Amino acid sequence: MSALLQVSGLAKRFGGFTALEGISLQVAPGERLGLIGPNGSGKTTLINCVSGALFNDEGRVEFEGRDITRLPPFKRARLGIARSFQIPKPFRSMSVLDNLRVPLEYAARSRTEQRNASDEAMRILETMGLAARAQHDSAGLTQVDMRKLELARAMAAHPRLLISDEAMAGLSGNEVDEVLAILFKLNQAGITIIMIEHIMQAVMRFSQRVVCLDAGRIICEGTPDQTVANADVQRAYLGA
Amino acid sequence: MRGWGFWAASAAVLAAGVGFTELADNPYYFNATYVVLQALIMAVAWNILGGFTGYVNFGSAAFFAVGAYTTIFLHKAFALPLAATILAAALVCGLIGLGVGYLTLRLKGVYFAIATLAMGIVLETLVNNWSFVGGAKGTYMLTPDQHLWFDSYSEMLFMVMLVLALGAIAVSRKLSSSRIGRGLAAIRDDEVAAECSGVPTLRLKLVSTTVMGAMMGVAGAPYPYFVTYVDPISAFNLFIAVNSIAMPMIGGTSHWAGPVIGALLVGSMQEIITVTISSELNVLLVGIMLVLFITLAPQGIVGLVRKHWKKRKA
Repeated sequence: MSALLQVSGLAKRFGGFTALEGISLQVAPGERLGLIGPNGSGKTTLINCVSGALFNDEGRVEFEGRDITRLPPFKRARLGIARSFQIPKPFRSMSVLDNLRVPLEYAARSRTEQRNASDEAMRILETMGLAARAQHDSAGLTQVDMRKLELARAMAAHPRLLISDEAMAGLSGNEVDEVLAILFKLNQAGITIIMIEHIMQAVMRFSQRVVCLDAGRIICEGTPDQTVANADVQRAYLGA
Repeated sequence: MRGWGFWAASAAVLAAGVGFTELADNPYYFNATYVVLQALIMAVAWNILGGFTGYVNFGSAAFFAVGAYTTIFLHKAFALPLAATILAAALVCGLIGLGVGYLTLRLKGVYFAIATLAMGIVLETLVNNWSFVGGAKGTYMLTPDQHLWFDSYSEMLFMVMLVLALGAIAVSRKLSSSRIGRGLAAIRDDEVAAECSGVPTLRLKLVSTTVMGAMMGVAGAPYPYFVTYVDPISAFNLFIAVNSIAMPMIGGTSHWAGPVIGALLVGSMQEIITVTISSELNVLLVGIMLVLFITLAPQGIVGLVRKHWKKRKA
């Protein structure tokens, strides 16, 4: 099995603070991986290193067998790595529809046949249940719609790997189910998904495999049930 | 405005300009419109980086002055004609713009603005100490004898400026309504999200700063022939930089038409007030208008019009 994403020996330091150390991780094509860990354990830093928003100090990041460690984020996006942001970052001056045109016209441009970007964006908004908001200002969306827009924009990049950074934070039970259903649907369409999440019920249901980070290291890797039963994970979350 | 409408309007303005040179004979008219057009090019140029891309440039006067001094240097050294010095000024200022573009790698927001201001001071000091182009005491430029088929040199300069202004507007419009324009807007809204959506942010910022620089250089290139005496204080005047910021702000920065409207409105009011009341008051006017617009209509005139349309639709 060749991995879609392979991270080996990755380390990231901010001055004297070591945010990540010795991280090695493989993600198989089509997999649903959950990434958990207490606040400040380095989850977002890790996916920043994968998506290119930060450069790691040590180690390698490979995507589809290609070394992308030094590649700028926009090139990684063009290769097929898309992400949503923990704190939604919509293009505030644009309509919801235009938000999707940016990745369609840039990230997805080299890999997909050229179609009408507006039609394509509309199609994605429909699958996300955002079609009615297409012409609205993205800055004025509700919390749920803002989260959906984050995912929709990531989708518009036609990714092979989608990294969802706390796409459900602050949502109600029904809304969590809604977003989860969307993620399942994307996965069925063949997109590999890494999900960072604090809502354990969602992680347990969604993930085939869970990786737990604590203080910048991987402390446990396994099925959701194994992870929850793991003593180190319980200590990291609940304290000794 | 659809494609053909824009070009038809441009052609009409150009034809009106030619008609103006045939009919009007008071040279003041040409001087006044020249000043407004010069400010218009500066405003359109500033808006490409400041409005579309979201990087505030306080060093507009430096680009303008380098454009003017490129003409002075080439005139003194090689006696090149105006057309050649305009091209050269575009090249030189485009290169400086490219350099400024690399600053955006490390400097954002207010730090970038301060860096551009500092760049202006550095360049002014250089020119102050460069005696070949007149140094601190400035230099005279004689108005050439030939002025093509126009009645006077100032009529020709007016037409040159009109063509350059229409060109600047066309470039700015093309940039804003294209895929590049959406990329620039994405950078302005959120640079990290733009990059993660596949937008090559550095490359687009370099395009933006280079085009801005070249355009400002072009605006400054004919200036020595217009005033016939140039010194660093007048060429690097902060008022030029303030005007290039104020006009797009008042017109509206998000649309290509914003700086055009702002420049025509503020520029012509300044001219009228200078003539009828006093030249000191026009500086005050810009300040007051800027404060009023920023507090009451931060999206400028374009924003007000859009809001009105939305209300009528709803």
